[in-house]
Amino acid sequence: MHELGVVFTTIDTLEELGRENDLSRITRVTMRLGEVSGILQDYFADCWRWACGRTELLKDSTLELETIDAVTFCTACEKTYGTVEHGRTCPFCGSDQTYLLTGNEIEIKEIEGC
Amino acid sequence: MADPIKVIEVKESVFANNDRAAEALRERMHDAGTFMINLMSSPGAGKTTLLSATTRALADEMRVAIMEADVDSDVDAHTVQEAGAKAIQLHTGGMCHLDAAMTEQGLQQMGYEDTDLVFIENVGNLICPAEFDTGAAAKVMILSVPEGDDKPLKYPLMFEVSDLVLISKVDTLPYFDFDRDKLERNVLLRNPDAQIIYLSAKTGEGMDQWLSWLREHVSDWKRA
Repeated sequence: MHELGVVFTTIDTLEELGRENDLSRITRVTMRLGEVSGILQDYFADCWRWACGRTELLKDSTLELETIDAVTFCTACEKTYGTVEHGRTCPFCGSDQTYLLTGNEIEIKEIEGC
Repeated sequence: MADPIKVIEVKESVFANNDRAAEALRERMHDAGTFMINLMSSPGAGKTTLLSATTRALADEMRVAIMEADVDSDVDAHTVQEAGAKAIQLHTGGMCHLDAAMTEQGLQQMGYEDTDLVFIENVGNLICPAEFDTGAAAKVMILSVPEGDDKPLKYPLMFEVSDLVLISKVDTLPYFDFDRDKLERNVLLRNPDAQIIYLSAKTGEGMDQWLSWLREHVSDWKRA
């Protein structure tokens, strides 16, 4: 259900991009999804196929998904580490004063159309 | 000859359009002097009960309106209307959240210029509503005691985006293993700027603190 909401929002943006760039069909959409964005790629792709099938602009498009690694920064020891592996507690010094540098993105990287 | 294929580099968050619409709405509401709160929680945390109590308590001081967002039904709009609020029911048509465009449509239907305080009672859900900016001036979430003190760990984004966390149903604290210290640690870890208020709409405990927070924010919004 969450993925479907994001897909609808994405399609709204793509339709606007299609109008701005005078495209009658979008053939490929490349998206970048952060590892901890809360989006499950399989669900996202399923929702995508269903929702795009209902629009003229996107019905024959292919979806390419790229993953952005989740990286967390520790403010105590100023090191970075993999978020998925270690979560919010720094594996170097044990501090919980950390924040996410990358990994929660849901972005449209590039589209191809005519 | 077929049209040449164009490749367009976009590099933008899928929420960018919604964020821009939300920002524009926030500015218009600022001009009108209407403070809007996006109220979020899981189903059953007590959004409608709190809003009914809040509307009754503020009836003599300010004009309150409530937009009820639900997947279906208009049960909640009736309840808050009985408490004296101007109310409108929005149906999200199966979607699990409100976005800025839906919020604006609801506001236009209802009219907000003569209103001091608008609450959006968002769809009961701790995930999607956190991601979509509705154009509200503040985000408030409710966590009820029976849900447990570990929720900030499970739904971090909701706690990160909320300006104020209301812990509701505190009259039930004796019956649950809800550790206030642990809750506060978990919330502040996600969001060091969050304020926390403990209250019970049923017994009235903590309501003064909540009402003061509202009065202060409404008057600051009108002044700024």
